[in-house]
Amino acid sequence: MSTGEISVPLSVVEDRTQEVVPNQLRRARVNKLVINTVLAVLGIIFLLPIIWLIDSALNPNATQGLSAPAWSLANFRAAIAAGAGGAIKNSLYLAVVSTVVATGVSTLAAYALSRRRVPFKATVLLGILFLTGLPVTLLLIPLYEIFVHLGWANSPFYTSLVLSATSIPFAIWLLKNFIDQVPKEFEEAAAIEGSSEMRILWKIVIPLSLPGIMVAAILTFINSWGAFLIPLVLDANPGNQPGAVGIYQFMSANGIVQYGPLAAYGILFSVPVVVLYLICSRWLNGGFAFAGGVKG
Amino acid sequence: MTALLEAPEEPVEAPKAPEDRERFRATTVAWLSPAAILLIGLFLIPTGYAVYLGFTNLQLLGPNAQHFSFTGAANLNRLIHDPVFWSSVKITLIFVIGSGIIAQTLIGLALALLGQRAHISVRATVGSIVILAWVLPEIGVAFIWYAFGQSGGLLSEIIGNPSNDLLSTAPLLIVSIANAWRGTAFSMLILSAGLRNVPEEVDEAAQLEGAGYWRRLFRVTLPIMRPTIMTNMLLITIGTISDFTLIYAMTQGGPGNQTAILPVYMYIEAFQFNALGYGTTIALALIVIGALLSIVYVRQLRPELRKAS
Repeated sequence: MSTGEISVPLSVVEDRTQEVVPNQLRRARVNKLVINTVLAVLGIIFLLPIIWLIDSALNPNATQGLSAPAWSLANFRAAIAAGAGGAIKNSLYLAVVSTVVATGVSTLAAYALSRRRVPFKATVLLGILFLTGLPVTLLLIPLYEIFVHLGWANSPFYTSLVLSATSIPFAIWLLKNFIDQVPKEFEEAAAIEGSSEMRILWKIVIPLSLPGIMVAAILTFINSWGAFLIPLVLDANPGNQPGAVGIYQFMSANGIVQYGPLAAYGILFSVPVVVLYLICSRWLNGGFAFAGGVKG
Repeated sequence: MTALLEAPEEPVEAPKAPEDRERFRATTVAWLSPAAILLIGLFLIPTGYAVYLGFTNLQLLGPNAQHFSFTGAANLNRLIHDPVFWSSVKITLIFVIGSGIIAQTLIGLALALLGQRAHISVRATVGSIVILAWVLPEIGVAFIWYAFGQSGGLLSEIIGNPSNDLLSTAPLLIVSIANAWRGTAFSMLILSAGLRNVPEEVDEAAQLEGAGYWRRLFRVTLPIMRPTIMTNMLLITIGTISDFTLIYAMTQGGPGNQTAILPVYMYIEAFQFNALGYGTTIALALIVIGALLSIVYVRQLRPELRKAS
């Protein structure tokens, strides 16, 4: 990046006199300062809502405006009293079950689609790609009808299956492309040595495509963790409501919005996915890295 | 098996170890069936069922909840003459184009371009902040911007009129800002990656010919990035058009349906006004609009796709 910066003045130097050089260098330096400042200001604007959230969570008298800095955990206690713990546990259940199911079945399917002869493979792949773009909104009412008739409504397990189904098309697409990149030689060698297919998948394919599997798992987890509309419609049992529905109910329940406890609730609900993202960002960064230059 | 008839790509894909790949193997069914069962049961059948339900008088409660019937074009007729539906279409387009395509692409591009030339520490810090906004659960984002939009909230303080309840006076603007804040990271990531793929030699050649930064940006960099930018816009459109949580949690579509984008209007009709059948018709209309928008992008991308294949 910085080489491009320096080459601006250098390329101009060639057809200008020597006296211009300090001027050009100074201009480049000013440019650099302006760029860093503008980017930093944008960063501060983006940070402001998060600062407000943390500030409000720590001040027991928080309002919609900025509160005086405080260090009280009263809001967190109020959020837990309002059921944050149970709701987050419900979110964890939905996210874990749907992630395990979606990642598992998608890995198997992606492996078959990558390595095996599958009838109408091109059509199947196109259909899967089409499903990734289909809004979940369309499924909602039919699923509600089906669930009511089959007695599957108000069941966290079936709700998590729906969440996993919404993630499977993208997961298969991602994993198929990933497994395509894994060299086939290891599998072929293992097959010649008489390893069973399950063993080849478990000992060779999965370890080699682990980064892709992690990306699929993390994206499914984050998606299911924040799920709102599907659990809202498919699970009316108040004891089953996940964090997103819990926060929504808490926002609209009492006549007066309790900003402090809500901010604390929001933080309790956000921390797990943020931490997960931070831990796993090196896997995600394999796909697209903004801070990719950090490596060197 | 019928397997012999299709998949023209197969021979190209598998030049070696042919005996392994040419036959269809029974175990392949075992690998595929768990995903197939879930996708067929919870995705394809509901989609097909939706196409039927959209033409029925199904209700959430009451006599038509159990014994609903096919009503032909009645829902379609209602849809075409429903002023709320058409205003919902307009709101959806404003929301998708304004807060999605324009705001997220421009801010994402600005962040990517600035990041490319900024100091590594500034870029990494700002990048992490923007990504943090993206990783936060949508309901949290909704709550933050709900507070910001209240009278006495930070936004009304900033515009110098603290008593202005922006969620009532400019609701669509506030939910759009919230959506742009949340979604920009995606564009930033995609466009930064696209920017890194622009060959340096091209830019250097333009530099040697004395082209300034802006001229190089508009004449060299952005045209090269066009497929990336268009793909990014397509993905933003697909993501934004079916957004529900953010708007519903902030405004429930109000006041007076002013923020009822199609998914929210569908939910209101289906689960608040009892009309599951008509709600499904609205969802089908949403798919049609999404498909039309996607066709526009694919047409735009066609020259590039042809070149690539």
